[in-house]
Amino acid sequence: MKFLRLVVANLLRHKLRTVLTIASVALALFLFASLRSVTTTLAATAQFGGARRLVTLNATGLVFPLPLSYVNRIKAMPGVTNVSWANWFGGKYGDGKSFFASFAVDPESYLAIYPEISLPAAERQAFAQDRTGALIGKRLITRFGWKVGQNVTLQGTIFPGDWTFTIRGVYTPTDPAIGDDVLIFQHDYFDERIGRAGIAGWYIVEIADASQAPAIAKSIDDMFRNSSAPTKTGTEREFQASFATMWGNVSFLMSTIGLAVVFAILLVTANAMMMSARERTGEVAVLKTVGFSDRLLFTLVLVEAGVLALTGAVIGLGGAKLLYPAINFNGAGFLPGFKVTTSTLIIGTLVAVGLMLASGLVPAIRAARLPVVQALRKVE
Amino acid sequence: MALVEIRDVYKSFQREEQRIDVFTGLTLDIDSGSFTALMGPSGSGKSTLLNLIAGLDKPTRGTVTVGGKVVSAMSAGQLAAWRASNVGFVFQSFNLLPVLTAYQNVELPLLLTRLSKKDRDERVKIALDVVGLGDRAHHYPRQLSGGQEQRTAIARAIVADPTVMLLDEPTGQLDARSSQEVLTLLQRLNNEFNKTIVIVTHDAHAAERAKTTLHLEKGDLIEKPRGAAAVGGMR
Repeated sequence: MKFLRLVVANLLRHKLRTVLTIASVALALFLFASLRSVTTTLAATAQFGGARRLVTLNATGLVFPLPLSYVNRIKAMPGVTNVSWANWFGGKYGDGKSFFASFAVDPESYLAIYPEISLPAAERQAFAQDRTGALIGKRLITRFGWKVGQNVTLQGTIFPGDWTFTIRGVYTPTDPAIGDDVLIFQHDYFDERIGRAGIAGWYIVEIADASQAPAIAKSIDDMFRNSSAPTKTGTEREFQASFATMWGNVSFLMSTIGLAVVFAILLVTANAMMMSARERTGEVAVLKTVGFSDRLLFTLVLVEAGVLALTGAVIGLGGAKLLYPAINFNGAGFLPGFKVTTSTLIIGTLVAVGLMLASGLVPAIRAARLPVVQALRKVE
Repeated sequence: MALVEIRDVYKSFQREEQRIDVFTGLTLDIDSGSFTALMGPSGSGKSTLLNLIAGLDKPTRGTVTVGGKVVSAMSAGQLAAWRASNVGFVFQSFNLLPVLTAYQNVELPLLLTRLSKKDRDERVKIALDVVGLGDRAHHYPRQLSGGQEQRTAIARAIVADPTVMLLDEPTGQLDARSSQEVLTLLQRLNNEFNKTIVIVTHDAHAAERAKTTLHLEKGDLIEKPRGAAAVGGMR
């Protein structure tokens, strides 16, 4: 500890340079944590899904609907306990720039299958009884200042026109992956407005035994194989994963950018450390003359690099950890449950340690190996 | 018995293709409590001799013994530890750390000891008082005059109560008045505190303050030491 003052004094020698170096490390690790969190959030979203829920789509693609008449046939299958259906709506609000996810759903079955959507019983009932009623995630309340009972009008994009709903309840997701900025409304109203009753975007099939999922999925698809709308059934997790892959190779892109940023900052930090060490060649020689050992000087220079890197890490990683929850960030609804995970913080810290070693090792070795007499000759 | 014993020391440097022999069999004794001035033209080996005594450099051949320890045979790690407690080195250009106060600069050698903060504090205050800078303890080097900086460097050199003080042109960058102050201080350290002092200087006035003057020329002692405090031997 008695040498810490020496380290601090050296760091304060060029305050601006130290601040800028720490800021660059902090920025690098903030970006690293942010980009990696996109990847981990996407991965977590892909993992979402009740073990006892299957999703049935039109085999041709998600944009092609399925007949609503499939409901009873699926429900009648052995092992199936409940079936619900939904349709992507995709409206915009206000000036048309505010977008959030919205679905038309069958209220009773949908809320029964998704216990993660938690709301008071009275609001659930009010929603079920109002044909133009809507349930919203709590984030939309804070985002738009809406209130229960208020009418809100969305502009349909896929299904044109102004769609007015009455907010009947506010739900709180018990699983962050489900998203808290979604608006759901009655499928009956949707059918009525588009004038094409009897279709569903996809089915959600609840089964009694998760281990039977592959067999039941196959049975469903076999049942409709020769129909006009053959199906493709999979677990909800596979369904979510297919959404995640719609981002393309985002994970790879994010990781690559993250590493490139960290590497660039590493060069900046290493350069700053080298400059700092070069400027102090004479002082290192003086310290050796006083009796500082090579090992002690090596340690002091490395600790200096460590203080820079770890201070930057605390600011960068800590900043990312605190900032996103504070601003309730969810990537405009595309990254529900976005958070900086513990593993990201650990990896970020390891990156900082790597940064410390990479930027401090060379100056530390140079300080340790500095030939005193030659160095003193330059100083004197 | 001499405090510093230099026996048949050879020292050569390789400069590109050329080999430069600084010492070719130098033998010299410096007694404890002596105040020795090393004089001679540039390149005569004065600073090299100082570096050899301080263990900053190693002889090509021969032995350097200080206080009974064969410095020339020590490893780098042993030398660092030995220097911390046995050598007080003062440079021509002061070489204080600009980011530390006078107090903190003086404290540096004590950081290498097991002394408590309280004991370190006491010693630093005494050292600064001895050099007359008790009231400048918390000034940074840039806030001190050249003479004050050099006195701070001397305080740093004496704070660990070293076996020998080695000074390389300590008045080289000082005005006449500051030089006199520093030399008077060195005399006081030698007379009152019985410090063994070896000073390299070009300045005849500075050398006059020493009890013994040794002249080096091309690595050889060309004049027997003056006075009784040191016994110089030459090849």
